[in-house]
Amino acid sequence: MSESPLLRATGIQKHFGSVVALRDANLELVAGEVHALVGDNGAGKSTFIKILSGVLQPDGGEVLIDGRAVTIHNPQAARELGIETVYQDLALAGHLDAASNLFLGRERMLPPPLGWMGFLDKRAMRRRTEEEMRHLKIGIKSVEQPVLSLSGGQRQAVAVARAVAWGKRIVIMDEPTAALGVRESLMVLQLIREIRSSGIGVIMISHNLPEIFEVADRISVMRLGQTVANFTKAETSMEAIVTMMTGAESQYLSTGSS
Amino acid sequence: MATPTTPIPPPQAPLEIDAPAPRAGTARLMVLALANFWILFFLLALIVYFSITTPNHAFLSTTNFKNLALDTSEVILLGIGETFVIVTAGIDLSVGGILVFSGVAGGLVMLHFSGTSAQVDNLQYPHASTAIPLGIAVALAAGTGWGLLNGLLVTLLRLPPFIVTLGSLGMAFGGADLLTGGTNLSSVPTGFQNSLGNGTILGIYVPVIVALIAIVIAHVLLTQTRFGRYTAAIGSNEEGSRRSGVPVDLHLIKVYALTGFLCGLAGLIDLARFGTENISSHNTDNLNAIAAVVIGGTSLFGGVGTIIGTLVGAFIPTVLQNGFVINGIDPFWQEVLVGATIIIAVYIDQWRRRRTSK
Repeated sequence: MSESPLLRATGIQKHFGSVVALRDANLELVAGEVHALVGDNGAGKSTFIKILSGVLQPDGGEVLIDGRAVTIHNPQAARELGIETVYQDLALAGHLDAASNLFLGRERMLPPPLGWMGFLDKRAMRRRTEEEMRHLKIGIKSVEQPVLSLSGGQRQAVAVARAVAWGKRIVIMDEPTAALGVRESLMVLQLIREIRSSGIGVIMISHNLPEIFEVADRISVMRLGQTVANFTKAETSMEAIVTMMTGAESQYLSTGSS
Repeated sequence: MATPTTPIPPPQAPLEIDAPAPRAGTARLMVLALANFWILFFLLALIVYFSITTPNHAFLSTTNFKNLALDTSEVILLGIGETFVIVTAGIDLSVGGILVFSGVAGGLVMLHFSGTSAQVDNLQYPHASTAIPLGIAVALAAGTGWGLLNGLLVTLLRLPPFIVTLGSLGMAFGGADLLTGGTNLSSVPTGFQNSLGNGTILGIYVPVIVALIAIVIAHVLLTQTRFGRYTAAIGSNEEGSRRSGVPVDLHLIKVYALTGFLCGLAGLIDLARFGTENISSHNTDNLNAIAAVVIGGTSLFGGVGTIIGTLVGAFIPTVLQNGFVINGIDPFWQEVLVGATIIIAVYIDQWRRRRTSK
């Protein structure tokens, strides 16, 4: 690994009461790469990314961004570090349009004095959203129609566009294609490639191995709260990944929960 | 709604995500427009109907329209606050109670400071010029205070708004009775009654002007500002809004406080119009306000709503009542028809929701 990592997480631990969710999670994310996080249910993937996106606090371990140790207290702190997360359950406000969703919580205001009175600069936000959509080659008819009236793929695209618009360095995606059809999944994968080409590091959780092999540069395998393997795509195969994910399963079957 | 099937584009081509949104036919558009505006058509139809059928077209007279607007002004103020609350996917059952409490509190302060009780009993108010502003301030503060309490209970204790405001409704009504000892207030200063109650500016009653100003401000607030944006976002997806950095709890507290303030304002108008505060006549205010909002097309599920809709919705009951009275029809029919209108309005809202979300 010649490039310096964008994010390095080492020895991350997390327990909920007596249940150990993470015992030794590690990750090294390089700029301009898609890093897939795989593992069976309960392996700790979601807990791990919740720590990286500031939703949960780790009980041990270290997170470095650009080689500098950071503490990510909350989602706001993660955003300030340039980390955006696309949650699995689409954290969009369905009745609002794409532009409103893109800027939700970070609205652009009109210049003073109207801005002081809380007036929104709708035109600027709309224009910026259209730019972002063009940049990511997302073809939705209008950024002014309620997100609810879009298809699942279009909604996911809006969620991804929001993450990309603000996530200057790292975009985390929790099963970005889980709820989508084949065609829409292809579109989201294409979107992920677009993001990568702009130099952003992507961490992606997925259960879909063919999909991972299509889009990921690097693959980390988690099992029972531990990062057990870390491959570049060329180094490995689907069979090897599946073995890593499940190989010792019978041995641990009764304890494998988090 | 079937997704039209189109061939998968080659990976390199700019991706047209999914098919374009289902193309709306002219007929479909007309139906949707009708669903959005039917209530306005309904109101206009009622006005036309009563204008033709009332003896000597009495309904159509300027005086009657002025009275109609005056009679609707309080419901409009309550309805505006209720609109904001319902757009956040909440509900405020306490508006009638807050109105009465604020009116009583403001009235008592006005009476106390405008003169001795003997003077007041003789309708003499030597210190009215200081007592009136003081009473207005107290009424508005009381209303806002009750709203703040609602907001704090909803957010800090994580209680359902239905329960919180049901509780504060009872507390506000009971509190008003405690303040007055269960009797009506003495008549408040005539200067106050003549200005805010029956006073006119350019021939329009002052309460109507107050309601008009409130409508304009509320409409701009809901559609053009961050306040309105957050209101809709919270009603649409509270958890998503929170994760996006919207200060959800603070905003909800503001919304309930705003509603309380508007109830205080309505309480002042009530006090000025009738010279006193009749507690029992406001038992159904909350239902009237909610009816106005729902008839006006605001979804009880949150996320969408308009102030203009609420304005139209507020007029339906008063126009029905007014027309029936002039026509000599038993005004109890008004309640029946308003009830039916609410059911139709909610049905249309649900039908619309099924259309837009696949």
